[in-house]
Amino acid sequence: MRSVVAIYVENNFGVLTRVAGMFMRKGFNIDTLSVGETEDPRYSRITVTFDGDDYGRGFLLKQLGKLHEVKQVKLMRTDNNIEREHMLVKVRNTTESRAELKKAADLYHAAIVDFNPDVICVEVSGEPSIMEEFLDRMKPLGIVEMCRSGIICIDCAGNIFDAV
Amino acid sequence: MNIQRLKGSQIIIETLIEQGVTHIFGYPGGQVLQIYDQLYRNQARITHVLTAHEQGAAHAADGYARATGKVGVVLATSGPGATNLTTGLAAAMMDSVPVVAITGNVPTYFIGKDSFQEINTIGITMPITKHNFYVTDIRKLADTIREAFRIAKSGRPGPVLVDIPSDVQAAEADFKSWYEVAPFQEEYAPETEIRKAVELINAAKKPYIYVGGGAGSRNLGRKIMALADRIDACIGSTFMGTSCIPDSCERFLGMQGMHGRYASTKANWDADLIIGIGVRFSDRATGNREAYVAGKSIIQIDPDFSEINKNINVDVGLIGDISFSVTRILESVDKAEHPAWMAQVEAYKEEGRRLQDEMEKAADNPFTPKKLYDAINEMKTPETIVTTDVGQHQMWAAQYLEFERTRKFLSSGGLGAMGYGLGAAIGAYLATGIKPIMITGDGSFSMNLIELATAVTYKVPVVIVLLNNHSLGMVRQLQVVYCGSRYSATLPDRQTDFCMVAKGYGAEAERVTDLEGFKAALGRAMASDKPYVVEAMIDTWELVLPMLPNGGTIDDLITAKEGRQ
Repeated sequence: MRSVVAIYVENNFGVLTRVAGMFMRKGFNIDTLSVGETEDPRYSRITVTFDGDDYGRGFLLKQLGKLHEVKQVKLMRTDNNIEREHMLVKVRNTTESRAELKKAADLYHAAIVDFNPDVICVEVSGEPSIMEEFLDRMKPLGIVEMCRSGIICIDCAGNIFDAV
Repeated sequence: MNIQRLKGSQIIIETLIEQGVTHIFGYPGGQVLQIYDQLYRNQARITHVLTAHEQGAAHAADGYARATGKVGVVLATSGPGATNLTTGLAAAMMDSVPVVAITGNVPTYFIGKDSFQEINTIGITMPITKHNFYVTDIRKLADTIREAFRIAKSGRPGPVLVDIPSDVQAAEADFKSWYEVAPFQEEYAPETEIRKAVELINAAKKPYIYVGGGAGSRNLGRKIMALADRIDACIGSTFMGTSCIPDSCERFLGMQGMHGRYASTKANWDADLIIGIGVRFSDRATGNREAYVAGKSIIQIDPDFSEINKNINVDVGLIGDISFSVTRILESVDKAEHPAWMAQVEAYKEEGRRLQDEMEKAADNPFTPKKLYDAINEMKTPETIVTTDVGQHQMWAAQYLEFERTRKFLSSGGLGAMGYGLGAAIGAYLATGIKPIMITGDGSFSMNLIELATAVTYKVPVVIVLLNNHSLGMVRQLQVVYCGSRYSATLPDRQTDFCMVAKGYGAEAERVTDLEGFKAALGRAMASDKPYVVEAMIDTWELVLPMLPNGGTIDDLITAKEGRQ
């Protein structure tokens, strides 16, 4: 089962290695990962999506919670939250792709951020499943290069996480 | 407040002394030059013990910690110094032993340039330490070392490494003599969970108290015996729980699991309630996990929340200070009697003795391991510390040796690191002044016998009982069970004369081939004030029995040798 976990860590040297290393040590694969400072600059929030059953998930979250620089581990709920991903996608600049890109940009609130005779770069963000849809539409146009931010996630209400 | 301007290397030494460190085990090198200079200047205040190899130093710090409960300290240089520590740190990690390792590293301005003897010590030791620190700011040095000690000791203990580049050792900072900081705040299991545990215990008909290393390191033996008396339970232990409960205790059945004593393993599987105290229900202890938990309730008492439900699902998990949880249970449970269960346990004990007798009778060589260990039992005192290496001799030690006091059996359980014993014996002796016995095999001893040099230099009167079967016996035994007795690389044709080697190091040594000779030699060794090797030539084909094969159930228990292998 796909899970999203938010990990609050002290902003120390090597802390990302410790957290990522724990996934590896316990046999889990990281699907997406994003890191950034929180409202309190002493801490960063690492958001990881990974695949694991109930047992594996509980096991892994407890192991993460044991790391000294990890302050809190939150398993994000699957409902009542906001999940977002940001993407930059470069596609070939052809007559057909320009027309299709214009349609898709309107539909997905994407913005063209770079335009040159060879390629067009488009920026888009939204729910992960919508991002997949957007990519499906881009593929026939010929994706030259792309990058994804990894998923970030925040819950709608206050403090209703299953904290570990 | 007393503030002094000190160099990093001085701060390290001052902080160690402040933490109560009397001995530091280590090996010098280019990036710890300044620290060694300070050790030289402070020899009256702190004793440095030079080992032959950093691994030996790490095991010695571990033995120092296991024998006393204090934090053991090991010091090594960068690069190979740090990599040589790793087996020792991993052994301490797996057995939850409080050790602080200090390593030097190349100066910060050389980091990442593949400088001479540069290695990413933090990266290498991350998974084998409870936590590690890389100190780049001299102002944080003292507090980092203090924090390392606090983490090593707190909750579930473990090793902590502090990596200090040599320019930080040479830099200067204000050093404040330290105030006692607030001790680690222990967690306590909530009363509702205690209540649930008590209800399960009150309802049980066949209770079994299962004691692990965590109970030993908190000296809970007496409390656990009182609980067993109150609820009429038998007690068994994990390998790491050895020496937590005195063997003279009637209720104590000894180690259970893969090579556990027969009665203990049988009763453990038969019980309807397991009260696990400081145990992790490892694969060696449970065999087939589904079969193991069937028809049982399980209470797990542990300071580490991540242990609850890790290996098996438990009915009640009491997280936090285990001494508190056991005390609360003891105060709350009903007094009970289970005569039928006790009769059953007695029958298991009887059957265990019968199987042992049969094994003794069937032995090709009358000088059996059992007789050898019985002779050690006769010769050692309740104070004697026994350390072991890893292999058949280690399992026999857990099966046959008898202990009356806690912290008297030091062995690498979780990691199973061959070569652990001699370093550990040296550390334990220097910490306690008690003459240790180290039991080893020809395979294990070959790994780290270089520490004989250390034992001779520091006048450690360790008695080394070397069970020589000319075989890597434990793996050979696995090959009997799993590989159709095809002995791949387990019958090395080595010509090592261990007695001559030992004498070469300046130790005493003799070789014996029978029980009478062994007893006499052991007597001389116990009376000697030098390291003394007693090499006992035992049968190559002996097996450690009973044996519960990997992932097996109690029905798969092998209790007798089948024919000639």
